[in-house]
Amino acid sequence: MGDIQFEIDGKTVTADPGMTVLEAAQKEGIYIPTLCHHEKLEPFGGCRLCIVEVEDRGWTKYVVSCVFPAANGIIVRTRSEKVDRLRKTIIELLMAHAPDAPDLVKLAKEYGADPDRYERSASFCIHCGLCVRYCAEVAGKHAIGFVDRGINKEISFVPEIAAKECNDCKECFDLCPTSYLQAAFVYTQALSFSASRCRQRPRSYASRTALSKDMEPGWKTKKYPAFRRSFKCRSNYLR
Amino acid sequence: MRQEYPLAVENIHLAIKQAQAYGLLGENILGSGFDFQVIVHQGAGAFVCGESTALMTSLEGKAGEPRPKYVRSNVKGLWEKPSVLNNVETWANIPLIINNGADWFTSVGTDSSKGTKIFSLVGKITNTGLVEVPMGMTLKEIIYDIGGGIPAGKKFKAVQTGGPSGGCIPEHLLDLQVGFDELTKAGSMMGSGGMIVMDEDTCMVDVARYFIAFLTDESCGKCVPCREGLRQMHRILTNITQGKGKKGDIELLEELSETAVEASLCALGKSAPNPFLSTLRYFRDEYEAHINDQRCPALSCKQLISFYIDPDKCTGCGTCRKQCPADAIDGDKKLIHIIDQDKCTRCGTCFEVCPPKFSSVIKLSGEPVPDPVPEQERTIRKKTKEKG
Repeated sequence: MGDIQFEIDGKTVTADPGMTVLEAAQKEGIYIPTLCHHEKLEPFGGCRLCIVEVEDRGWTKYVVSCVFPAANGIIVRTRSEKVDRLRKTIIELLMAHAPDAPDLVKLAKEYGADPDRYERSASFCIHCGLCVRYCAEVAGKHAIGFVDRGINKEISFVPEIAAKECNDCKECFDLCPTSYLQAAFVYTQALSFSASRCRQRPRSYASRTALSKDMEPGWKTKKYPAFRRSFKCRSNYLR
Repeated sequence: MRQEYPLAVENIHLAIKQAQAYGLLGENILGSGFDFQVIVHQGAGAFVCGESTALMTSLEGKAGEPRPKYVRSNVKGLWEKPSVLNNVETWANIPLIINNGADWFTSVGTDSSKGTKIFSLVGKITNTGLVEVPMGMTLKEIIYDIGGGIPAGKKFKAVQTGGPSGGCIPEHLLDLQVGFDELTKAGSMMGSGGMIVMDEDTCMVDVARYFIAFLTDESCGKCVPCREGLRQMHRILTNITQGKGKKGDIELLEELSETAVEASLCALGKSAPNPFLSTLRYFRDEYEAHINDQRCPALSCKQLISFYIDPDKCTGCGTCRKQCPADAIDGDKKLIHIIDQDKCTRCGTCFEVCPPKFSSVIKLSGEPVPDPVPEQERTIRKKTKEKG
């Protein structure tokens, strides 16, 4: 235990091999702001808010503490003029998406960030990836993922999986720092799977076309016993 | 290997097959008991997958996103195993070094950069193509002696090296010797070995906007400074090239650049502001002209220029009128042609088609377009000049 010794903000802290600077700091009750970090999830390093100044053998560098491994003899500073400036810019960039997100509003106050500094973007997802990673790593369902890349990157539910899994889970809802996730869920639900009555049978494009092809008298009860139950909502779709 | 290069893919497969046929690859190479295989993996085409950690995640079958690099890949790389990752160009040097020795290799080059380097010489230059030069050769030698200089009698303005996230090097640094440290010091980089030559007609703000736009699309989108920072940088630069730049834009861009350089996850984000930073460093006056005077000094940004026909030079030949796609030119035989500025789309067709002996179409920027010639003075009389 505590093989590694180093300094955070003048305080000597210990860490086990494999621990990150952020974990060591949190263990000691030293606060470093984070957005994409979650103790149950693998470090992501996406929001870059937990950036700190590290002095290592005379070299000063800026690293994100959620992925930087704790090492003997390093000197970590969680606040400095430059760290604060970088964090302020990051907060301002994110507020172009989600100006009202409580976490961001709080951080903006702390770092003097101006929510209106940058031109607003339509989507209020801040791409922290909490939902995507939680679904994959903890829930093990992979019902939501990232699509596209760069500025076009968005989260997206996989309708086939989401229709089966999400109604009874929704554990990711509480993780989302903005309300984009919930909106995306409702949107996906409305487009590809609707009321809970239908949730037994995800209706992907393939299954819909299959249905219309075998439409012969009596096919429904023979092939799909559940059909009678969900007939009402499906009939709208087929028409 | 990128699947967008089908010819290269075909050739490498052919080369591997031949090497196998000769017994230089495969099991028990030349009876030595040593086995070695080469497997070609085709990438799905993302610029960021040239970044070492993104390349590894992509090889693992995941989305091509970089991962934190605080642990070196020769400790924990592909599939969390120690990995050696090098550029093909580096590997290509190895057999030569083995055969000829390290002294032979280091006999060429500068103190910090040894051997030769292949550059892809393109842009406004007479001889384009791949050139292999010794490290330490000056840019001037590469551009003028090998590249044959700038065509059409134009003036050299800058050379952009290192690929999209490299920087622009101005004329006064043409005596710079190419080398890793030298290029980095000048605000650019060796990078991919790209070398784009630009002439006086190139707007440096627009160049920065162009490369930032490319990087905006090619960023993996994982971390905020790169994804969001570039998105905003692109917006601001686009505004500047459209004459909508504001005071403070340069400082804002500098702040975004600092955040991207310091806080980005990978080398793409860290080097992405280079096109802006280097052009600002050497061509700050162009940024200021765009923002303060709504003027594009290179007469290149469409929203900031107007085309105007010089009434003293126009002979009423009608070439421009016939070719104008917007029907914006009014005129007739022996009548001075006039461009309707409201209809003009600034496509530049008239500028290009006006016969060089007249060259009556001129570009203006940052100054008002002179009033058109009054109707009664538009008729072109036989000029006395015609005799001589």
